[in-house]
Amino acid sequence: MTTLADNRITTLKIVSFALVALWLIIAAFPFLWTLWGSFKVQADFFSKANWQNALSGTNTIRETGSAFTGQGYYGAWVQEEFWRAALNTCIVVFFTVVISLTFGTLGGYALARSGKRYAFWLLMAALVFRAMPHITLVSGYLLPFFEWNVWGILPTTIIVLVAINQPFTLWMLHSFFLNIPKDMDESAMVDGCTRFQAFRHVIIPVMWPGVITTGLFSFLLAYNDFAVTAMLLSTQNETIIPAINSFLGSTQVEGNVMFAVAAVVSATAPLFVLILFFQRQIVSGLTAGAVKG
Amino acid sequence: MKNRTFFWFILPTLSAMLLFIALPIASVFVQSLHIEHEQVLVVSESCGPFGCRETTSVDTEATEALREERPLGRFNGLSTYTNRAHLAFAEVGEAWRTTESFGDFFDRIYNLRFYRALIFTLTYTAVVTPLVIALGLAIAIGVNNLPRMIKGPAIFVSLLPFLVTPLVGSLILFWMVDSDGILGATLQWLTGDPTLSLKASATLTWIMLMVYGIWHTLPFSFITFYAGLQTVPEDTLEAAMIDGATRWQRVRHVVVPHLMPLMAFVTLMLLMDNFRVFEPIISFQAQAHATSLSIIIYNDLRESGNPLYGSAAATSMMTIAGVVVLLTPVLIRTWRDFSRKAH
Repeated sequence: MTTLADNRITTLKIVSFALVALWLIIAAFPFLWTLWGSFKVQADFFSKANWQNALSGTNTIRETGSAFTGQGYYGAWVQEEFWRAALNTCIVVFFTVVISLTFGTLGGYALARSGKRYAFWLLMAALVFRAMPHITLVSGYLLPFFEWNVWGILPTTIIVLVAINQPFTLWMLHSFFLNIPKDMDESAMVDGCTRFQAFRHVIIPVMWPGVITTGLFSFLLAYNDFAVTAMLLSTQNETIIPAINSFLGSTQVEGNVMFAVAAVVSATAPLFVLILFFQRQIVSGLTAGAVKG
Repeated sequence: MKNRTFFWFILPTLSAMLLFIALPIASVFVQSLHIEHEQVLVVSESCGPFGCRETTSVDTEATEALREERPLGRFNGLSTYTNRAHLAFAEVGEAWRTTESFGDFFDRIYNLRFYRALIFTLTYTAVVTPLVIALGLAIAIGVNNLPRMIKGPAIFVSLLPFLVTPLVGSLILFWMVDSDGILGATLQWLTGDPTLSLKASATLTWIMLMVYGIWHTLPFSFITFYAGLQTVPEDTLEAAMIDGATRWQRVRHVVVPHLMPLMAFVTLMLLMDNFRVFEPIISFQAQAHATSLSIIIYNDLRESGNPLYGSAAATSMMTIAGVVVLLTPVLIRTWRDFSRKAH
């Protein structure tokens, strides 16, 4: 719809463009700045003298002979063994996503196909569970886990993250399955399939877009979690987010803040790649519950 | 779907949620009624030439044995809820009786741990939520007017602050507002006060945390509203234009009413997420000036050597109650919708 009125430049239009431009700068600048700064030495990134040092790298040139240095990354990944944490994160995130999706597709399908009252109450309970601050649940886990001697290991954390993920996964997959026409699996059942066969042969082949989108969000939930991983994992089994937090305590004392900066940039990189490839799915997932509900 | 089939399909997810969400809530409740054992004291009498003296010492072994035997601690009823670290009935009553003005009363209340956290959590939720909704809508409308070529990159850039790990995102901002960081230094230069530090002042710390909150959640409301804008009926817009509505009036009377259901959804999500504000306070090392309910639970559990399970559990129960209160209107509305559809 292009009309004359639309093409005219109004004050409102200028204001809204300015707002968008301002927002984009505010959104992107911190990341660019930290990425740039992670290749400098501390005296530049946290410059007492002049913030322009971080741009030109005056002290970095003096200390290392070049304007860019990988010292922070070397310190974090090699010296402080950040790779261990990264490995743990891979394990935790992979299993959490796979198990969450398996449980979630089965449950979400059942909820979408059952019009019974109890299905509604289950969804409501899931909504309340979704709102629980994770740390309140953690305070319920600690004592039993210590008693049963399962505290501090990866499988416990995976199971807990799966459970915490479930309410969200259920809601999202439930709304995706509602969009798959009932007739498809019902006609398969008329042809003699059991409910599970109908699910296996008719629903599974067409559900992948929904599952991928939900998987992205389970990934984010598991990857970004701090409350659970910080409280339930021992120091050897730490994932990257609690590892960054413990970096802060230990490295600040030794003046190695740049290790933490490098670790932070390393932790952001996978998310950046994720958005790069899955922007469309993420946006559709964000709005899935909203636009249809 | 038959009840039996439903049961088998739902079993894995239901057992995961029962075992690791419902049961822990029950376990938190039981814990909140108990308190750590007191140390076992032994009184021994030692007699010397100048008479006998009684000395009291801690029997470490017996204390350990007691802890082993009953890890929950001793039963304490609801006392944990009412003690100084939580609802502090005695202290609040005392403050009410002895203070002259409301301001004084408020100051006294603010010094109590639980109320301090509660006040920050509620203020944070009440400030961040409406601001995020208003700004998100404004930016969504702005982006919607952009040429198609720029829209994609604009959304890409916007997604970053939202999807970044909260702990990491707040660290990135924290380093920038640090007094040696770029924003902190700029602020010092602008105000002409070289000692200005955002960390040192309570007001500035609160503002900083809320700015982070807005930065982090704005993309969510922006993108949801942006998606909603794609479904605004063109006809109504055109009709409004023919009737002589200005751009502003069209937004006010056509677009906003169309987005109302979305607005309810976004508000719900934001309330839930803002109420559990946690990571930024850790990253900003702001605990001296701002604590939230989640933070005081975390601190109780981290209490070195001797975690205060009872205390953490009592705060958790009250937080859960807060969440339920927050959700009640939504639950009632959804229930009404459901009953209407069912009949």
